[in-house]
Amino acid sequence: MQEVTTEKKEFTPNIVAFCCNWCSYAGADLAGSSRLTYPANVKIIRVPCSCRVNPMFILKAFQQGADGVILCGCHPGDCHYVTGNYYTRRRMSLLFSFLSYMGIEKERTRVEWVSAAEGARFSAVMNDFVKTVTELGENKRLTDLRIKEGK
Amino acid sequence: MKDVEMKMLERAKALLESGEVARVIGWKKGDFCFDPAPASFETVEELDNFVYDYFCGANLSKYLIQMSKKEGKTAVFLKPCDTYSFNQLVKEHRIKRENVYVIAVECMAKLDIEKIKAKGISMVESVEVVGKEVKVTSAYGVETLYKPDVVLTKCATCTKTHQVKDEEIILHERPARDVDRFEEVAKLEAMTADERFAFWREQLSKCIRCNACRNVCPACSCVKCVFDNPASGIAAKANDDKFEEQLFHVIRAFHVAGRCTDCGECSRVCPQNIPLHLLNRKFIKDIDNLYGEYQAGETDEGKTPLTSYTEGDAEPNDVMNGEAK
Ligand code: SF4
Ligand code: SF4
Repeated sequence: MQEVTTEKKEFTPNIVAFCCNWCSYAGADLAGSSRLTYPANVKIIRVPCSCRVNPMFILKAFQQGADGVILCGCHPGDCHYVTGNYYTRRRMSLLFSFLSYMGIEKERTRVEWVSAAEGARFSAVMNDFVKTVTELGENKRLTDLRIKEGK
Repeated sequence: MKDVEMKMLERAKALLESGEVARVIGWKKGDFCFDPAPASFETVEELDNFVYDYFCGANLSKYLIQMSKKEGKTAVFLKPCDTYSFNQLVKEHRIKRENVYVIAVECMAKLDIEKIKAKGISMVESVEVVGKEVKVTSAYGVETLYKPDVVLTKCATCTKTHQVKDEEIILHERPARDVDRFEEVAKLEAMTADERFAFWREQLSKCIRCNACRNVCPACSCVKCVFDNPASGIAAKANDDKFEEQLFHVIRAFHVAGRCTDCGECSRVCPQNIPLHLLNRKFIKDIDNLYGEYQAGETDEGKTPLTSYTEGDAEPNDVMNGEAK
């Protein structure tokens, strides 16, 4: 009898991270210069403020093949533009809750506050998010609605 | 209903005759008893076609965006739910308030012809409502239906009362009804993500992107809609086989979040019978839970939940994990 080896190809998710220029983007820099690692499949998009992120950006990221989208901004109270992230907080609470309501796995979306001084936190957040999405697997729900189950 | 119609007609005539208003927006008779259409009447003669019955479910407030910019005053008939849309439009500076004369009218819960047809009745000739009974006369005879079974979905779960002040109200004001409009939303929330996804896939894949839901929506009053922008990649009439159905509905619901008055017009006009109110009500329910109860259009001033914040707002991750309440 021949032995069947099922070699599973490891899934590496595509992660899009929207990072605020004034905090988490600098936090990513600090992580780098402190030689802390975060997975290379995290694609950072720099935005002037977390509240610059239009819900459309997030949906488009999923459409173009992202498996998870994370939004990072300054801690509430520390916004470079004073109040931007307060609006982000409401918007994203509602949007992500809504996506979950539509059946999108809630683990695929996340908001984290990471300051410019938190290089270690940036690295930890990204590692954790990538791990979560890897366990979850590929995003199928926000790409093609008409794919029938089992095909 | 006939007496309300008579009174409305009387007021419309008097207002036009005296020159107090240049036009009246109401409903005119359609080809059948069940399809009256919104119309603008500029002369007393035109009022011959005026109608107000159990099929006048359309919300007339959105027409005021254009009409209130015309010369002369415009009189409009608003049902309780329409008054919220009106306030919201005034608040958003879309209607010139001083050019509008509002006549608030009782609605008495409108009928849904689709639901009547679904009862197996076709070729409807006329309907008569007595209390909770609807007598439908069709080419095949007369049938009596139970009214709550055949009212518009928006009327079945309506909790609204008139919200315009300083204007005349025709007939008694209805007391607020006590129904749970979030029942269906809660049912969906209780499902698993897989079940919810299956539910919405089935619903949204019916969408033909006729854009009727957007066009009728009083909250969708942008001069240039994002969905009409060819650069958006989603301006196409029909949805691509991508995720555009979801995209359209997520973005539309998000754009009206905090501004949607739950007037129910989107669900009423959808030719595919997609329960669009379940999308908007999710946002309303979340807003109520997280930021305090809020009814868009209750007043014509103040901030909306998405244009304000408090320092102690719930964290998105807590909301997602069900820890924020
Ligand atoms: S009215 Fe219905 S079919 Fe038309 S675009 Fe809206 S959801 Fe789609
Ligand atoms: S989204 Fe629907 S219920 Fe809300 S205001 Fe627009 S038409 Fe009315």
